[in-house]
Amino acid sequence: MPIPFSAQVINMCAALLLLIAFAMLSQRRVLSLINLFALQGLILAVSTTVVAYSSNQHHLYYSAALTLLLKAIVLPVILYKLIHKLDIRWDVETMFNIPTIMLVGLLLVVFSFNLAAPISQMAGTITKSTLGIAMATVLLSFLMMITRSKAVPQVIGFLAMENGLFFAATSATYGMPMVVEMGIALDVLIGMFILGIFFFQIRTAFDSLDLAHMEKLKED
Amino acid sequence: MFASLDILPIDVILGVVVFWLVLGMSGLVLRNARQITQFIFPLGALGSLVLAIAALPGLSEVNIAILPLGLPDLPFHLRLDALSAFFLLLLGAASIGISLFSAGYFRHMKMVELGPLCLEYHLFLASMALVFLADDAYMFMVAWEAMALSSYFLVTTDHDQPEVRRAGFLYLLIAHVGAIAILMSFGVMHGGHGDYSFASMREANLSNFWASVAFFLALFGFGAKAGLLPVHVWLPEAHPAAPSPVSAMMSGIMLKTAIYGILRVSFDLLGTQLWWWGAFALALGLVTALFGVIFAAVQVDMKRLLAYSSIENIGIIMVGIGLTIIFHTSGKEALAALSLTAALYHAINHAFMKGLLFLGTGSILHATGERHLGKLGGLIHKMPKVALFMLIGSLALAGLPPLNGFVSEWLMLQAFLLSPGLPQPYINMLVPIAAAALALAAALAAFVMVKFYGVIFLGQPRDAGITAHDAGLWERIGMLCMVLGCIALGLFPTFVILHLDFVTNMLVQSSLGSSAVQSGWLLLTPIQAERASYGPLILMSIIVIGVLLTMLTVKRFYHGRLRRGPAWDCGFPEQSARMQDTAEGFGQPIRQIFEWFVGVVRKAPTPFDKHPHFHSEIHDRLWHLIYVPIKRANDMIGYQIGKLQHGRIHAYLLYSFVTLLALLAFVQ
Repeated sequence: MPIPFSAQVINMCAALLLLIAFAMLSQRRVLSLINLFALQGLILAVSTTVVAYSSNQHHLYYSAALTLLLKAIVLPVILYKLIHKLDIRWDVETMFNIPTIMLVGLLLVVFSFNLAAPISQMAGTITKSTLGIAMATVLLSFLMMITRSKAVPQVIGFLAMENGLFFAATSATYGMPMVVEMGIALDVLIGMFILGIFFFQIRTAFDSLDLAHMEKLKED
Repeated sequence: MFASLDILPIDVILGVVVFWLVLGMSGLVLRNARQITQFIFPLGALGSLVLAIAALPGLSEVNIAILPLGLPDLPFHLRLDALSAFFLLLLGAASIGISLFSAGYFRHMKMVELGPLCLEYHLFLASMALVFLADDAYMFMVAWEAMALSSYFLVTTDHDQPEVRRAGFLYLLIAHVGAIAILMSFGVMHGGHGDYSFASMREANLSNFWASVAFFLALFGFGAKAGLLPVHVWLPEAHPAAPSPVSAMMSGIMLKTAIYGILRVSFDLLGTQLWWWGAFALALGLVTALFGVIFAAVQVDMKRLLAYSSIENIGIIMVGIGLTIIFHTSGKEALAALSLTAALYHAINHAFMKGLLFLGTGSILHATGERHLGKLGGLIHKMPKVALFMLIGSLALAGLPPLNGFVSEWLMLQAFLLSPGLPQPYINMLVPIAAAALALAAALAAFVMVKFYGVIFLGQPRDAGITAHDAGLWERIGMLCMVLGCIALGLFPTFVILHLDFVTNMLVQSSLGSSAVQSGWLLLTPIQAERASYGPLILMSIIVIGVLLTMLTVKRFYHGRLRRGPAWDCGFPEQSARMQDTAEGFGQPIRQIFEWFVGVVRKAPTPFDKHPHFHSEIHDRLWHLIYVPIKRANDMIGYQIGKLQHGRIHAYLLYSFVTLLALLAFVQ
C-alpha cells in the first residue's frame, strides 16, 4: 500500500526533527544552537500544517500559526537579543566527549521507538509512525540539558523538549485542545522572560553563566 | 459503695480525671504562686485519694464507658477491670503523697515556671489514669503520648541547663521509639480485621508467629518506658534532671504504666502465650535487675543511684512476669498466681518506696543544694525527720522485714523455690540459677541502700560549706503518706493479697487468697503452711519487744553511767570529715569485682604532679556497644544520602531523566 504524499512529507519532517535534535546535541556554538532551534520550530510548523491539511483538523492551523510565530520567530529573536546583551554570541562551550553523547542518543532513539511501537499501533492517526521520533526528540533534548554546563544552552534544551512534546501530541492525537496549547505557549514565553532575567542575575552573582559555579550554593 | 447512689466507679474516676485537668488549667489562670502551691496541689492530692477509693470497688466489677470524643465515628472506649483498677489504685495511692510534697517543694518557684508546671503535672496524672482506662488502641496511644509529652516537659523544667535539655531529648527519643513499637504491636494484634478496640483484638486469632511478633514488639516498646535493658539509658539521665516530685512520679508510677501495658498485652489481648516468651522475659528481667543494682552500687549522685535502683526493681517485676508466663503456659495456675501476685505486689511496693526516697532526695536537694554524695554527710543531725522517713524507705527498699519490700521479694523467691516440676527440663535446671541471681540482686540492693543512707545521713558533713534545715510541713506530710504506705503494705500483706486476687483471677484464672489466709490473717502462707509462712505483725512485735527489753536492760544496769565522748580516734590526734568512707570508697569492692562489667575510666596522676588529682568515671558499656554504633550508622547513612544532593544541576537533571526512563520502561 503506497503511502500518501502528505504522510511522506510528515515523515520527512519527523526525520528532519530527529536530525536537528542530534545536531543540537553536538553543537557547541550558542549562536548555531539558536539557529537550529529556530529551524526546529519552522519544521514543526510545516509538519503541523500538513497534518491539518491532510486530516481536515482546522484547529491545527491555528496551532501551526502559533508555533511559527512563537517558536520560529519570537523565541529565537529573544534568544538572539539575550546572547547579544550578555555578550556570549561567539561562545564555544566545552563539552565532554561528543561521540559518547551521540551513542547514548542513539540508544535513546532505539528505546523510544521500542516504547512507541505498541502505542502507534493503537493510534488511528495519519502521523502514527512519527510518535517514536517525537519521544526520541523529547529524550534527546533532555539529554542535552544534562550534558550542557552553560545556562543558555540548557534553556534551549528545555525549549526543544517542549517542541518534542508538541510534536508528540500532534502525532498521537492530532494535537491538544486549543486552550491547552495556548496555555503552554504562554508558559513558554513567560518562562523565557523569567529565565532571561535569571541569566543576568546569575552572571552578576557568579561572573559567569557556567552552572558549575552554582555548586557553591550548596549547604555543607 | 457507690451502688446506692447509682454511680459507677468509672464515672468517679473520669470525674477525677476531669478535675485534674481543671486544676491544671487553673495553673495558667491563677496569678499567685502561693495559691497554686497551697491549694491546687493539695486539691490534686484529694483527687488522688478519691481515685484510689473509687478504684477499690473497680477491682471486682467491670465498667465500660464510651466517650463521645475523638475523631468522628471513632469514639474513645474506656474500660475499668481488675487490672486497670489495681494500677489506678497504685496511681491514686502513691500520688497523694507526691502531690502533697509538691505543695511544699515548689513553693519557691517563680510564677512564670510554676503555672505551666502545674498544668503539666496534672495533665501527667490525668493521662496516666487514661492509659489505665483505655479500651482501644487509639485512646491508649493518645493517652500514652500525652503522658510522654507532659513528662518530657516536667523533666525539662530546668531547661536553662544544657545537660537537662540533653537528658530530656534522650528521654523523648526513646519514648517515641518505644511508642512506635507499641503502635506496631497493636497493628499486628489487630490482625487485619475488625477495629482497633481491645475487644476485637481479644477476638483476633493470631498464629504463633504473629503473636510472638506482637509480644516482642510490645515488650520492646513498653520496655523502653519501663527501663528494661537495653533501652534503659534515659532513666539515669532523666531522673536526676527532673525536679524530685517528678522523679518520684516517673519512677514510682509512670514506669508501672509500662508494666501494665506488658501485662495487658501478654495476658489479656493476646489469646495465646508461649512458654519461651516467659523464659525470655525472665532472663531479660534478671539481667536488667543485676545491671541496675551493680550500677546503682557504684554511683555517686544520689538521684542517679535511685534511678539505677529503679531499673533493678523493674527487672525484678519482669522476672515475676516471666515466671508467671512460664507457669501459666505449663498449666501450673496456683504458681502462676503466686508469681503474678509477687510481681504486682512489688510494683505497688516500689511505687511507695522509690517515691519516698525520691521525695527525700528532693528535701535534701532543697536543704543543701547538693546531689553529689561526696559532699553530703551527717545530715541526720540537721534533718532528723527526713532522716527517719528515709531510714524507713531505705530499709523497705533493702528488702528487710517487716517492711513491704521484703514481702514481695519473699513471695518471688517462694515462687522460684516451688517451681520444680516444670515440663521443660532446661528451664527446670535454670530456675535455681535465676533464683540465685535474684537473691544476689536483692542482697546488692541492701548494700546500695546502706551506702545511700550511710553516706548521706551518717558520719560527719563532708563539705563544711553545706548548710541544711529540716523539710517544711507539706514536704513532711507528703513523705509521711509514703511512709505509712510502706508500713501498711508491709504489715498487712494478707489484705493486699486478697485484693490482688481479683487481678490474678482475671489474668491467670487462679488466686492466692484462699491459701494465703489459711493460717489466719496474721500469717501469710503462699501455698502450704508446712512449707513457708510469714507473719509480719508477729515479727514486728518481736522486734519491738526485743528493742524495748534491750533498752530497759540497758537503762536498768547502766543507768547513769552513760557518757558521751569523742569517737575512738585510732591513734590519730584529731579526726576530720575527710577520714571517713566516701561514696566511691564504699562502692569500691563492687566496682573491683564487676570492673569488666561496668567499664571504669581512670585518670591517675603521675608521680611528678604538683597537684595530684585522681579521677575515675563509670561508663555504661551498653552505650558504647549499642547506641554509639547506631548513631554512627545513622550519621553514615545520612552522609551517603547527603551525597546525592551536591548542588549540581546536571546531576539533578540526570536523576529526573533516569527516573523518567525507568518509569517509561516500567509502564511498557
